[in-house]
Amino acid sequence: MILETRGIGKSFGSVLALREVSMGVAAGQVTCVLGDNGAGKSTLIKILAGVHQHDSGTLLVDGAEVRLSSPRDALDRGIATVYQDLAMIPLMSVWRNFFLGSEPRKGLAFDVRTARRVAGDELRAMGIDIRDVDQPVGTLSGGERQSVAIARAVYFGARVLILDEPTSALGVKQAGVVLRYIARARDRGLGVVFITHNPHHAYPVGDRFLLLNRGTSLGEYAKADITREKLTSLMAGDAELEELAHELERE
Amino acid sequence: MTATTADERLARVGLLRRLLIRPELGAVVGAVVVFTFFATQSAVFRSPEGIANWLDPAATLGIMAVAIALLMIGGEFDLSAGVLTGTTGLILVTLATRYGLNVWLAMLVSLVVALGVGLLNGLIVTRTRLPSFIVTLGTFLMLQGVNLGVTKALTGTVQVSGLRRAEGFEAARTVFAGTIQIGGTSFRVAILWWLLVTALATWVLMRSRVGNWIFAVGGSEPAARAVGVPAARTKIALFMTTAVAAWLVGSIMALRYTSVQANIGIGQEFIYIIAAVIGGCLLTGGYGSAIGAAIGAVIFGMADKGIVFLGWDADWFKFFLGAMLLLATLANRLVRRYAEEVKH
Repeated sequence: MILETRGIGKSFGSVLALREVSMGVAAGQVTCVLGDNGAGKSTLIKILAGVHQHDSGTLLVDGAEVRLSSPRDALDRGIATVYQDLAMIPLMSVWRNFFLGSEPRKGLAFDVRTARRVAGDELRAMGIDIRDVDQPVGTLSGGERQSVAIARAVYFGARVLILDEPTSALGVKQAGVVLRYIARARDRGLGVVFITHNPHHAYPVGDRFLLLNRGTSLGEYAKADITREKLTSLMAGDAELEELAHELERE
Repeated sequence: MTATTADERLARVGLLRRLLIRPELGAVVGAVVVFTFFATQSAVFRSPEGIANWLDPAATLGIMAVAIALLMIGGEFDLSAGVLTGTTGLILVTLATRYGLNVWLAMLVSLVVALGVGLLNGLIVTRTRLPSFIVTLGTFLMLQGVNLGVTKALTGTVQVSGLRRAEGFEAARTVFAGTIQIGGTSFRVAILWWLLVTALATWVLMRSRVGNWIFAVGGSEPAARAVGVPAARTKIALFMTTAVAAWLVGSIMALRYTSVQANIGIGQEFIYIIAAVIGGCLLTGGYGSAIGAAIGAVIFGMADKGIVFLGWDADWFKFFLGAMLLLATLANRLVRRYAEEVKH
């Protein structure tokens, strides 16, 4: 396991946002974190990303216990996070976004020529077809934007890639594109933590599945131990679905 | 440019559109229109002496507008910048005339004070996350009070004067408030400072890492922070840069007139912002240009003096100011929309 949590928890004042969650991600594998709104998914990834510090349990990177002090700290340990909304700055060009925070230098200057060339090459290497690296990111589609953010994390030597709901705002085709890049990042040997509330997106690409509900874990399953149907019903809560179906039935 | 050729979807994005999406476009068009208007009406306006005449207010305004443009691209405002030009000038003259300090030393002290004000603005804004509009409105009013209060207490009047007699005055004046002869016409040295500041700001913005950070913290601060950009430090540095610009302009003015009115600079803060907006800066941050702001300042310089050359009432300048601001913001918005639409 590159990244692992054991019985991790976090509270905000009197709210227990996360309790006793254990999960892990290994190199070349995809761990999916599934849960409905308010299940604690975002608290968990913020701990993994160094935004929040856990207040119980342990967090391990390469088997050694750590406390991540900041997003920069997480990045330095090879843990890169791609947020759903925060991934990119819309008014800035693709290449400026690509190197933001880690600009290549040439003497005192930002090596603009290298940045442009490398951004283009890297995107093409990931199979991402961007029309023009000079165009503002705001003019890209949602899927393209996520893909650029993934390519950026891969280029900067991420060993673990945390993806926050990368497919939730996308149409079927765009979501498929992003799933393909997740698979490609996995094939390049990265560990991927894929947060989603859609079991149909998680199941085909995932190796392990962590289910969260109301801040606690409903269990972590290997792919061999769970079917797509079981995953879906665990996600939605069988009883609730049946109740809903009953409610919606015509007289 | 080289690596991004050969995509059929790019075919329609020609040179014209590349020019159109530059933030400076509105300001360039505005400057050409305003120049043509006054130049056809007034022979003095287009003479070398006339040009030297309207480049001077453009220069002192431009130094500030460029600094404010950087700050606005970084997503913040500074309403205290205008009054700070007064504060720094007052400190310079007071220390040099009443406490016998060498002019250079007095300038150093006023620079330290300016840096302190910029640091304070930046710290309050980044720590409290209050809108910089409110924070710097506070410092604006406080500085305004201090300028008048201290000046009155020390001199019994609302101005300090007599800088000419101070030690080191002539040398400092040559550097900051002198003139240069070009082809028989004398130009204010402030114009050189303005060009220097604009060139430096443009380089920082387009060709340095900090420039990338400035665009980022203005475009989306949380996103910038998430990828490791030191957002607070970038913003504090921007406030301090604005303060240094205010110090430069305050010193230029004090050395030029050898006296400073305690109420100087009040109302200028909005003109800086307007020049920056005409130069293509978005009020919401994350977009703009230093060259644009410098050209915005040229438009003001031309209108300021041009109206006088034509013998019009100077009150019309205010009307012009408002009209330019509205036109520029509308033009900027239209141009940007047009540019982005076709790129989809």
